[in-house]
Amino acid sequence: MIVAGCDLGSLTAKAVILDENNILASQIIQDAPEPETSARQVMDLALKQAGVLVDSIAYCVGTGYGRNQIPFADAVESEISCHGKGAQWKDASIRMVIDIGGQDAKAIRLDAHGNVIRYIYNDKCASGTGRFLEVMADALGIGIEEMGRVSQTSKSPVTISNQCVIFAETEIISLVNEGTSPPDIISGLHRALAHRVAALAKSIELEEHIAFTGGVAKNPGMVAALEAALGRNLTKTGLDPQINGALGAALVARKALQDRS
Amino acid sequence: MIVAGCDVGSLTSKALILNNKNVLGYCVIRSKTRPEESAREVFELALKKAAVHEEQVMCCVGTGYGRNKIPFIQEAVSEITCHGKGALWVMPRVRTVIDIGGQDCKAIRIDKEGTIQKFTTNDKCAAGTGRFLEVMAKLLGVAIDELGGLKGGQNQEPLTLSSACTVWAQAEVIHHLNIGKSKGDIAEAINRAMAGRVAILVGNVGLEKDVCMTGGVAKNTGVVRHLEKMLGVKIKRLKFDPQIMGALGAAIIAKQMYTGENP
Repeated sequence: MIVAGCDLGSLTAKAVILDENNILASQIIQDAPEPETSARQVMDLALKQAGVLVDSIAYCVGTGYGRNQIPFADAVESEISCHGKGAQWKDASIRMVIDIGGQDAKAIRLDAHGNVIRYIYNDKCASGTGRFLEVMADALGIGIEEMGRVSQTSKSPVTISNQCVIFAETEIISLVNEGTSPPDIISGLHRALAHRVAALAKSIELEEHIAFTGGVAKNPGMVAALEAALGRNLTKTGLDPQINGALGAALVARKALQDRS
Repeated sequence: MIVAGCDVGSLTSKALILNNKNVLGYCVIRSKTRPEESAREVFELALKKAAVHEEQVMCCVGTGYGRNKIPFIQEAVSEITCHGKGALWVMPRVRTVIDIGGQDCKAIRIDKEGTIQKFTTNDKCAAGTGRFLEVMAKLLGVAIDELGGLKGGQNQEPLTLSSACTVWAQAEVIHHLNIGKSKGDIAEAINRAMAGRVAILVGNVGLEKDVCMTGGVAKNTGVVRHLEKMLGVKIKRLKFDPQIMGALGAAIIAKQMYTGENP
């Protein structure tokens, strides 16, 4: 039985194809202007990678910001519950997911069965989301995927005094002009974002085993900063943190099929 | 007796020269990287306009964001106090002063002596500050002082911005531009969103009439119009450049300090 999950986020689209026990394929692409196009493109890539035909997908669940515009989805599920399911697939001990996406951040507490106990999210203020780092990478003239590596040579991270993305951007430009080293600035940015997101997570009480998901979790500087801000180690599952939502959607698809039969 | 006030803000610096009850001259410049430089330059320009020598100035008070770095002042006073003083001097019946600067927004309630009764300020979030308008004007490709004059079409549902956050609102404006909405309609939405944020702040201090606006954004007639509608009051126009109220207040305090009269 082959199932699929498709996660249409604000910046990227993700697709995961699952058989009984394995991920057959996972793909991530930058969003196309039309959500339908993004969904089709990412799913076509995943089908190709898995070497299966679209007809062999028994059930597909859509999630994410654009979930209602996925033409081939049999059902939709909120990204909150998909992230919960996805995070526990590899490690059943996980009880909390902290997800930082391009336009939001969420913290989700789970029970032993992957059900959501409590969650909180921020999509009102760009500070505390992936956009914060994106804007700052632009201001620094470096790629967002380089930030983690560059930050590792930091000796004394700066303290960013502004929370607002708009004000912090000006602050960064002044720091650059004053000759502060990019590693110290970037490391300071990681701390600032981690601090914001940790405050969000702490507001619903931290659990012992926490997974960090979303595109921002690929940045090792952010992982370290978030661990410091939370005061505990994050549980690593070895999976690409960015496909967690799509994986959860595929798991929801499998569950739906099982319940039906 | 000649005194001066100098207001070094985040975006602009202002200086004003006062002789008893007459404003001899004032000047507004874009702030430089170093507050010391901004203060020196704007002060000299104001002296020139007033045709006054620096030695004739008996006392000078500084205010604004960079007030503690102004080298030539006798005293630094908070901009809250200065805006209250300045506005009251120009408009004796004013009790609520809404000051919107380049990087902050304040609502100040004063009594008939100009003493602060209550105030609230936002300098944490760019929404509701001059910076919001600056970012948006840049996106629309218009000068910031043109933004207030742009009006939307009459015969349709007005555009709105659903996000308060400047970053998200930027994306909304780009979307509106891409789908071909007119600059007038978008500007109207921007001004309304701006007024909405300010109205929340004013609500927090409690409104008392008369109401006036100071700071650069007071020159944006669109924001003023929407704010009047939201607050349900007329915002009285100052018979003076609203941007120099802080510097004027500082000069008035300088005069009171020098003569020893009751502040």
